[in-house]
Amino acid sequence: MYSKGLKPLSIASLATLALALGLVFFYAPNDADQGFLQKIFYIHVPIAIVSLCGFVAGGLMAIQYLRTNDRSWDMRSYVAIHLSIVLGLGVLITGSIWARGSWGHWWVWDEPTLVSFLIVFLLYCCYQPLRFSIEDPERQARYAAVFAIAAGAFVPINFIAVRMSQSFSHPRVLSATGGSMPGSMRLTFLISLLGFTLLFVTLWKLELTSKHASMQLKRLKKRLELDLEERPAGAPAPPVSTVPAQPSRD
Amino acid sequence: MPALPLDEAGKYVAAAYLVVFAIVLIYVAIMAAKLSRIEREVDSIHELLDKSGR
Repeated sequence: MYSKGLKPLSIASLATLALALGLVFFYAPNDADQGFLQKIFYIHVPIAIVSLCGFVAGGLMAIQYLRTNDRSWDMRSYVAIHLSIVLGLGVLITGSIWARGSWGHWWVWDEPTLVSFLIVFLLYCCYQPLRFSIEDPERQARYAAVFAIAAGAFVPINFIAVRMSQSFSHPRVLSATGGSMPGSMRLTFLISLLGFTLLFVTLWKLELTSKHASMQLKRLKKRLELDLEERPAGAPAPPVSTVPAQPSRD
Repeated sequence: MPALPLDEAGKYVAAAYLVVFAIVLIYVAIMAAKLSRIEREVDSIHELLDKSGR
């Protein structure tokens, strides 16, 4: 169900990321201002973009769940948000390393871009505790969907607010006029962004496949156990449902 | 601040790339652990089927 196209997707992600790494270190020139340190940009910014898009995608999938009441959309939303949190952690750590090298501080509290990303990250850190504090699967999925939609809407609003604010030290690399990156840097950045997008989709599909298989197996086992207790050997077995259950912490 | 020399900047760049690599690696390792759990589940289902004689 979810594993369709996983193998070519994995190969494409690995190839694109390998190409991106090659371009970062052997093709893109060193930045005139920051020198070699600016190479962090090619990993930090793409994972930040992919992570934020993952949060928004999680919200859109949650809308789809509320519209259709199809549990598979809830599962998709949950995995997208979960994976975005993991990438978000990477964004915060790589950002701190870059800040230390560039500004001499691990964190700058009066910088809107940094603080806003931290707020978004901490907001989404509440998603899982909220979700798993509700035992009823129906309510769990519905409440999680509402949270995902509200938080997903907050992400672009937050992004626009930060763009409109006065930046003190964080550079604005991407702008409506195309930014100030030369062609080689822009190409490297775009390949890196593509690589991380493919990686996100690959891991998302991988986790969905794993969760779906695990839940189907649990259901099958439960059914077999019940069947063994109730039915004599040789009698026909009832069909096993393929509807995905709610996400578990497994 | 002026640009850091290559040996100094290299440490930060290596650290940033290693962090991302480690995060992806840990994620894949967790997925592998889950896969082995699924494998054990499949084995237990086989045992149940053997018990039922089907």
